Amino acid sequence: MTGNDYLQVALLLGVLALLVKPLGGYMAGVYEGRIAFLNRFAAPVENRIYRLCGVDPAEEMHWTRYALAMLSFNLLGMLAVYALQRVQAHLPLNPEAFPAVSPGSSFNTAVSYATNTNWQDYSGEATMSYLTQMAGLTVQNFVSAASGMAVLVAMIRGFARDAAATIGNFWVDMTRSTLYILLPLSLLLALVLVSQGVVQTFSAYRTVPLLQPLHYRAVRQSGAGQRITDAGDNPVTEKLVRKNQLIAVGPAASQVAIKQIGTNGGGFFNANSAHPFENPTPLSDFLEMIAIVLIPAALCYTFGSMVGDRRQGRAIFAAMAIMFVAMLVPVEHFEQAGNPLLAKTGVSQTANALQSGGNMEGKEVRFGVVNSALWATLTTTTSNGSVNSALDSFTPLAGMVPMGALQLGEVVFGGVGSGLYGMLVFAIIAVFVAGLMIGRTPEYLGKKIQAFEMKMAAVVILIPPFLILVGTAIAVMIPAGRVAAANPGPHGFSEILYAFSSAAANNGSAFAGLSSNTPFYNTALGLVMLFGRYWLMVPVLAIAGALVRKKKVPVSAGTMPTHTPLFVILLIGTIFIVGALAFFPVLALGPIAEYLKMVAVH
Amino acid sequence: MTTASAATRSPRHALVTRSILRRALIDACAKLLPQHQWRNPVMFVVYLGSILTTVLWIQALAGHGEAPAGFILAVTLWLWFTVLFANFAEAIAEGRSKAQAAALRSVKRDVLAKKLAAPKYGSTTTTVGSSQLHKGDVLLVEAGDVIPADGEVIEGVASVDESAITGESAPVIREAGGDFSSVTGGTRVLSDWLVVRVTSDPGHTFIDRMIAMVESARRQKTPNEIALLILLVGFTLVFLKTTATLLPYSLYSVRVAKAGTPVTITVLVALLVCLIPTTIGALLSAIGLAGIGRMLRANIIATSGRAVEAAGDVDTLLLDKTGTITLGNRQATGIHPAPKVSEHELADAAQLASLADETPEGRSIVVLAKQRYGLRERDVHALGATFVHFSAKTRMSGVDLNGRQIRKGAADAMQAWVEDRGAQYPPEVTRLVNDIARRGSTPLVVAVDSRILGVIELKDVVKGGIRERFSELRRMGIRTVMITGDNKLTAAAIAAEAGVDDFLAEATPEAKLALIREHQKQGRLVAMTGDGTNDAPALAQADVAVAMNTGTQAAKEAGNLVDLDSNPTKLIEIVETGKQLLITRGALTTFSIANDVSKYFAVVPAAFATTYPQLGALNIMHLATPQSAILSAVIFNALIIVALIPLALRGVRYRAVGAARLLRDNLLIYGVGGVIAPFIGIKLINMALVWLRLA
Amino acid sequence: MWSQIKTAFSMLAVFTVLTGLIYPALVTGLAQECFPRQANGSMIRRAGKVVGSGLIGQPFSDPKYFWGRPSATLPYPYNAANSGASNLGPSNPVLLSEVRARVQALRAADPEDRADVPVDLVTASGSGLDPDISPAAAFYQAARVARARHLKLSRVRRLIARHVTGRQFGILGEPRVNVLKLNLALDRMR
Repeated sequence: MTGNDYLQVALLLGVLALLVKPLGGYMAGVYEGRIAFLNRFAAPVENRIYRLCGVDPAEEMHWTRYALAMLSFNLLGMLAVYALQRVQAHLPLNPEAFPAVSPGSSFNTAVSYATNTNWQDYSGEATMSYLTQMAGLTVQNFVSAASGMAVLVAMIRGFARDAAATIGNFWVDMTRSTLYILLPLSLLLALVLVSQGVVQTFSAYRTVPLLQPLHYRAVRQSGAGQRITDAGDNPVTEKLVRKNQLIAVGPAASQVAIKQIGTNGGGFFNANSAHPFENPTPLSDFLEMIAIVLIPAALCYTFGSMVGDRRQGRAIFAAMAIMFVAMLVPVEHFEQAGNPLLAKTGVSQTANALQSGGNMEGKEVRFGVVNSALWATLTTTTSNGSVNSALDSFTPLAGMVPMGALQLGEVVFGGVGSGLYGMLVFAIIAVFVAGLMIGRTPEYLGKKIQAFEMKMAAVVILIPPFLILVGTAIAVMIPAGRVAAANPGPHGFSEILYAFSSAAANNGSAFAGLSSNTPFYNTALGLVMLFGRYWLMVPVLAIAGALVRKKKVPVSAGTMPTHTPLFVILLIGTIFIVGALAFFPVLALGPIAEYLKMVAVH
Repeated sequence: MTTASAATRSPRHALVTRSILRRALIDACAKLLPQHQWRNPVMFVVYLGSILTTVLWIQALAGHGEAPAGFILAVTLWLWFTVLFANFAEAIAEGRSKAQAAALRSVKRDVLAKKLAAPKYGSTTTTVGSSQLHKGDVLLVEAGDVIPADGEVIEGVASVDESAITGESAPVIREAGGDFSSVTGGTRVLSDWLVVRVTSDPGHTFIDRMIAMVESARRQKTPNEIALLILLVGFTLVFLKTTATLLPYSLYSVRVAKAGTPVTITVLVALLVCLIPTTIGALLSAIGLAGIGRMLRANIIATSGRAVEAAGDVDTLLLDKTGTITLGNRQATGIHPAPKVSEHELADAAQLASLADETPEGRSIVVLAKQRYGLRERDVHALGATFVHFSAKTRMSGVDLNGRQIRKGAADAMQAWVEDRGAQYPPEVTRLVNDIARRGSTPLVVAVDSRILGVIELKDVVKGGIRERFSELRRMGIRTVMITGDNKLTAAAIAAEAGVDDFLAEATPEAKLALIREHQKQGRLVAMTGDGTNDAPALAQADVAVAMNTGTQAAKEAGNLVDLDSNPTKLIEIVETGKQLLITRGALTTFSIANDVSKYFAVVPAAFATTYPQLGALNIMHLATPQSAILSAVIFNALIIVALIPLALRGVRYRAVGAARLLRDNLLIYGVGGVIAPFIGIKLINMALVWLRLA
Repeated sequence: MWSQIKTAFSMLAVFTVLTGLIYPALVTGLAQECFPRQANGSMIRRAGKVVGSGLIGQPFSDPKYFWGRPSATLPYPYNAANSGASNLGPSNPVLLSEVRARVQALRAADPEDRADVPVDLVTASGSGLDPDISPAAAFYQAARVARARHLKLSRVRRLIARHVTGRQFGILGEPRVNVLKLNLALDRMR
């Protein structure tokens, strides 16, 4: 890495650190209803929504009721997105006259957006009408993020409240998250992005002339779209000329803003954030990266503030930041080192003043290696999953880190809400083992951790590896799973493994060579996304419900401090042990084997 | 002062004897039955794995093996050893308990009891076997008799040899009424006689409870143990998935790499057993049993494992002042005459009033008068004096001599006494009394007839080293609260001198109970000691309640721990033992999981050597061959169980250094050490295999 | 239960209108008002006519033009209605052979230059629409373009230098050259 590379990383982390406190404090204020400005000016709108929907904002919910509200809302959202895709041909705002999306793909996409995954088995600009993108996908970008935040806030209340029975009101938490946090930030970001060149229009795709007409060969197709083959069963190709370029546009900025802020990640265009209309300049790239990690990071502060001990939030933030940097370094290193196989092809991969060098396959020049690696690490440690470069083309070990981040459960910043509640579950496990080691029934934030919490925490850490490992195992055992891999050897295995890791972690990024728009993958990944989201959310709410009943144990010298560097190390160690140990062998058969083979050949 | 002496006093509690070992070896094999294995889910997985590889070995013998029969056999044998070692650890812990139980059972012989027809001395007796005694029966026990059952003395005073239970050879006095009225079956009356009302039915005596406890027959898992087991099962399931799915992955890899053979089931089972937390899984029940055993060695009987564990969680200790914080006896240290009274006159009266007082306080007054004022001890009977004994009603004592009534007693009692006689209580004396009380001493007012002569200062002597002990407790995060019947001023002064965090003065049973509830409401866990019947409600309320063995039956029933030495300071040891139990579990869990890192480096390159020989780069230990690498990991995994049995039985030492430092140290030893140790161990085993030409 | 579903339904309806219709419409309105050029695709106009988008690359293979990044879009390169990357794994032999072929093509067009080819010129971009190449890649092609157009090399190099966009604020991103804009400028040189 060059000096300027370090500067870019430092700038990002520095700006993030500056924003965490004000936003975190603001969010705590929002959930505790003590932002005077909002109470005066925005409350009428908020109350109007409640009246309209028959919600009593003062009603406090038991955890089961909270979970039920969350689940029913998410389920309806899923149905709405599914329906919208199926009937988009008959609805307005479809200038390219796209037909209905296939049922399998619609199911996959509906689940994908409701679960905050944003796995995309479709190409946005070639599939979805503007209305589907807005009223279906953008809406889910907001409310799935808000659902995650609501569940987190409920869990925080489990710690903060002393011997209570209820954990808040889902409708209120969800509404406030959307209205006071996600919407204002998105509006702001959307406009800044437009200023950088992100498109925002309802008009049809634009046709522009090509400076040099393009001559190319293509497989000849019959009228029905069938490939025409010659007597030897080889496809018949024809020479074609194009003089124009059809440029896809659309209301992208409004969707890109929330896809980053809500750690959703689903691109308006197929190339996602590598597309110049989603991410046109280094500044847009920088701001989008900040937007991706902002709320997950700031929620640490919110957490500290709401449990009445900011040091607790700081410790969690520190653990996340350390792990983030630890993951970023190898990605930067291996990507900058370039592809060893290209060393003897007469290609220059070294960085100098005139080029970033490194492994540029699948990367954009304006971002170079440093911002591509930074983005990849940020979007996979959070549950964002948008890409500004092709992860599939990353060098093996650099690609293994994002995959590892997914397998660790995306707790390094993580998704909005989901990252922190996942982290708190790890903290519960860390505290349990450590608590034993100091000779006390373990407690976290004054709440004793006992059998029930352990059971739920065990479920939370068991489910993702189960979904990933068993899902991948099934995929590699059946032909429908195997044929989808685009790359040969261990890399093809990595593609399949990555897909299940991404779906289970609700990330949405991909080793995109995998042809996943097939009945098998649409169904399997759809189910994995569903279970990966709600099989964690419900036990997390159960933990919240159990914790909230407990009396707070007063702090003494015998209490294990959970705000110290030692605890930070312990927490990181726990995440590593629980996460890495489960996946080491499978990674050995994918990226590690690929790397060692490449090095051996070289 | 307690643990060490108790241990030396009780050779029957040596860590492991030869006979226990022999017995444990046999039991380890007996525990191979599935119904026993099923109780420990982690080891049950190993058990199933062993059976599976045995079947694979037989298949290999038949010529259809997935790997060389010799290799499968070697792995299989070591897997069975792993199961056996776990059984062995448990059997040793049980063996020690059984030895303790056997010692106790020898106490519980069927003896003949003299059952009284009516509950009084001299009533007619019938002889029955002790096993036929029921609650409410009244017995006569005379010198030389073994007391046939637990009971309450209702008449008589006798010295009793309780060494059979406590190990303490000095006889104790048992008498009717008061706090020394309970007797334990199996102990022996040395002199005099007692009339005892039986308080327990056959099979439910104190000794029966002790035996049941140590035999662990009815041992239930404690809450913490359950939570830990859930975590361990969680880990086991994670690794089960990890290894089970390796088979399809391996098949796929062979297909795409077009090289090698799929990983064998034998290797996968070996990997699984290496990864799941077998170390802690194998030692978990031994640790729990050892915790109770350690309590026993400290001469404490726990009525449940839960109580031992809860002891580690205690954050408030209620300690009786007398006996725990101060030496039981107060000493006269000064004489403060009232105005117009000479010190000598006061000393003389004080000595006279105390001559017949055989309490240590009374003796100390006589000695003080003699040493400081040269007053020789006089023979009370020669003086023709009449004693007035202390009674709870008058709250004073003294003598009537030559028509003079010489009295000493509590200030308010004495004031009432002189004012009843129409005299005035001098305000200066009130001032003196308050001064003394403020110093933490007990004022004793002396009067002759209606004239107040002055005040004797009785000083509480705080035990040496107790202050340091309390500051140690503070570092452990435990608050100490002193309980005393003294008034607030006195209590405050002693509390300050002893360095307790808080005190409860003028304590009544109700006040104690209220205090415990108050602390519990704040989320604290409270431990206390008690001996009297009036302590029973508070003992029942406290989370950890240590009843003194000398105490009443009611107190013993209410407590969840019984201290056979009746040493109130032992509460501190109890807390430490409880912590030790949890620490040992936590440390071994950490160690067990940390071990996995190295095992991966041993097994993973070996398992896929044929498909991806490049993975050999991960063989950083340079293990000789793939098969020897796998075998070394399995052997290490089995041997580490045996190596850690002593630690499990002895427990990880607890040091009062504060939670943060303790965590750091234990993480370093068992976490970092747990990562490093197996690298060395596996390499050494591998070298040994090579040397023995087994690799 | 039923009232719960009813609430969920109403909430979904409210948020669909709020975040799915009002919000994008608001952003569109403001964007069209404040940044109409950017909001509509940053089109480059020459003499009132749109000649391309400043953000979307175009395919070039003529020796007299600077070539951009290889594009993996389907079915033809630089298909701006179906963006995408090659997704070739680093160890994929196809990647190796494609890179070799591209190096060959560059060398064939300029046989005298034996310097190593800048990597971005022979590897496909992430979007398939990358409008930029690195300054190194531009200077690498300068001699070929100059020869094909019978221009002095120094002039071409100066033109490139003028078209290098530095890091944003001197820090962010990488230095780059917009290929379409550079080629448009070339066409205007006479």
